[in-house]
Amino acid sequence: MARIAGVDLPKNKRIEVGLTYIYGIGAQKARLILQETGINPDTRVHQLTDEDAAKIRASIDAHHKVEGELRTEIAMNIKRLIDIGSYRGLRHRRGLPVRGQNTKNNSRTRKGPKKVIGRVKA
Amino acid sequence: MGRSLKKGPFIDLNLKKKIDDLNRTSAKKVIKTWARRSTIPPEFVGHTLAVHNGNKFIPVFVTENMVGHKVGEFAPTRIFRGHAGKLTERKVSLK
Repeated sequence: MARIAGVDLPKNKRIEVGLTYIYGIGAQKARLILQETGINPDTRVHQLTDEDAAKIRASIDAHHKVEGELRTEIAMNIKRLIDIGSYRGLRHRRGLPVRGQNTKNNSRTRKGPKKVIGRVKA
Repeated sequence: MGRSLKKGPFIDLNLKKKIDDLNRTSAKKVIKTWARRSTIPPEFVGHTLAVHNGNKFIPVFVTENMVGHKVGEFAPTRIFRGHAGKLTERKVSLK
């Protein structure tokens, strides 16, 4: 039903929350969009009229980079860092934290699941 | 926290002077530098800097994309050769 920026919004949530299902739109931008289009943020997604949906679509197109376009931009930024051979690029290449965090412990988000190395036979 | 906009980017003046001289005579020379903390301004593009990494000088050819980064970002100061007792292809890939 309500399909915005190539994403199906959940039917029964408030539109303010529903919009955050779009990549690149969080609580803040959702509120901004609804303010600009003058739509009540408490409307449920399934109650949205077609004009309202069109208004939201127009507003997103005009002001916000979302979904594929945004993902491409981020990927390009990372690719740039890698291509110029900067320290941050090296860290991206290695899959290690980029912003100077410690790597002695933790950093599992970047490093992925633990790899056991050289465990002595029991 | 970022640097105050009022001051503008930090550029090592000695390094900049040398590059400006090269630009004026449109000569190309490798410049040795220790000024890792200096931002790369657009004037540096096309020159080669030999950036000190604490041990030796790493040649860095400055391209358009590098503008705004610091000189030191392109000359790593640590070389990770892998952990002890872990024989891997990593050591090979790290030249």
